[in-house]
Amino acid sequence: MPPVIQISGVRKIYGSTVAVEEASFEVNEGEIFGLIGPNGAGKTTTMECIEGLRKPDRGTIAVLGLDPFRQVYKLQERIGVQLQQAQLQKRIKVWEAVDLWSSLYRKKAVDGKRLLEQLGLSDKRGSWFMNLSGGQKQRLFIALALINDPEVVFLDELTTGLDPQSRHAIWDLVRGIRERGKTVFLTTHLMEEAERLCDRVAIMEHGRIIDIDTPEGLVARHCPERTVILDTENPAAKEIFQQISRVESVTCIDKRFAISGRGDDFVTEVIHCLSENRIRVTDFRTILPNLEDVFLKLTGHSIRE
Amino acid sequence: MVLRGLWKLTWIEIKVFLREPLGAIGTIVVPVLLFLVLGRITNHKLAPSSFQGGGLSGAGLPVLVSLLIAISAVLSLVTIISIYREGGILKRLRATPLRPYTILTAHVIVKLMLTAATLALMLMAGRRYIPQGAHVPWFSFTIALLISTWSILSVGFLIASIVPTARFAQPIGAVVLYPMIAISGLFVPVETLPPALHAVARALPLTYAVNLLKGIWNGDTWFTHMSDVAALTVSFLICTVLSAKIFRWE
Repeated sequence: MPPVIQISGVRKIYGSTVAVEEASFEVNEGEIFGLIGPNGAGKTTTMECIEGLRKPDRGTIAVLGLDPFRQVYKLQERIGVQLQQAQLQKRIKVWEAVDLWSSLYRKKAVDGKRLLEQLGLSDKRGSWFMNLSGGQKQRLFIALALINDPEVVFLDELTTGLDPQSRHAIWDLVRGIRERGKTVFLTTHLMEEAERLCDRVAIMEHGRIIDIDTPEGLVARHCPERTVILDTENPAAKEIFQQISRVESVTCIDKRFAISGRGDDFVTEVIHCLSENRIRVTDFRTILPNLEDVFLKLTGHSIRE
Repeated sequence: MVLRGLWKLTWIEIKVFLREPLGAIGTIVVPVLLFLVLGRITNHKLAPSSFQGGGLSGAGLPVLVSLLIAISAVLSLVTIISIYREGGILKRLRATPLRPYTILTAHVIVKLMLTAATLALMLMAGRRYIPQGAHVPWFSFTIALLISTWSILSVGFLIASIVPTARFAQPIGAVVLYPMIAISGLFVPVETLPPALHAVARALPLTYAVNLLKGIWNGDTWFTHMSDVAALTVSFLICTVLSAKIFRWE
């Protein structure tokens, strides 16, 4: 099956600033694909080129086999879009927006009433857009993005500015979209969001795609180290821990040890060593690197800087 | 289809406009009140006459107020377009199969309807200033005002295309449009203006709008004003082509 989205060598320049440079990747049917990176990395520009809202200066893009810029109206029939920081008319009612959007597509729209129900907006049908909370607005935008039963859904910084509770609710909704067999392409600067939601991610910085893989794959490739934190009063502990295979560092403050090493088996090795030497521990936990660490490793700075 | 969504969008824009607390009052009630107050002060009979002089006599007052109606519609359009652009509403609408000109057409229709409704209110409220038995060509006058508004709306689009932020849209629009009334031939015949101003007046759509509205109110036939209609159309085309070139959606 050909990829749903295929972009290759895409470049976009604004004046003298290169927003996107040589971006290439593919998005497969039925996956949640995340474009992650700090603000200003070129994520939105890349997404808007794919949606047909901007014309790339160079490179080729195909979405569902269509050229998004030249066949934008054909494409818009088949995709659903949520834009970063978009608004609607202040005093448009929720049901009016859904009704308007339903009328814009050639094919029969999905049942707007049911959609609002699924998104928990039923009791807000008659509310003005300006009176909705941030989470409700985003849910309305998701509804509008789904109204034409699209094959691909684009979500740009969907949960930025939302409280953790609304964020989790929206993550569930996005997983629901995938369960209906749709492909989801999203951008986020929240590593936790990417890790919990995405099947595959592309890391972007300064307009370039640095690496693409599953979140686990990226962590395994770039941050193979594991750290075990444990508390023990055994006086010989430090020397014993230094004998563990693939150990890289053992540090201790009072009775708390931090033991670092490489590879998936490292934690097992530590446990094995503890039981073999009958070392009594009062606390034990592991610290696994995450996408945040991968980003730090690849770019030399944290995503929030 | 090209017109897909046009009527629904137009209808929604009308409702959204009427929900604006000051929108309807500002654009509909104020011109009508102004007409009544000025009518009382000047105490002129507004009957069609052959009087073609300047000032607010004869056709002067209804033409002035009609122009104010048109300009307030245009200013409201300029403001809405820039607010929609700033808020990302235009961009959001554009990311649907809606064609860009469908979005703009919906706004133009709303403004023309608003203009027609305000004019109707004005004429109804001002009936007492018109002597019994006098014949005012209501229908033709309405059409003439709609043609004029349509042409001035394109100037509004041009302003909306150039002005970067919503905050400046309304004041800049007002600064550009209101002085046009002063030299439009409504108060002083265009011919008596200094040569430089005369040339400017000749280049502005408002001058032709005034000529057309005055003439139609006074009972002229459309045939005698074809040149005014042509000038308004040309100005519409020029402004539309220019704004299509520079208009930004975000």
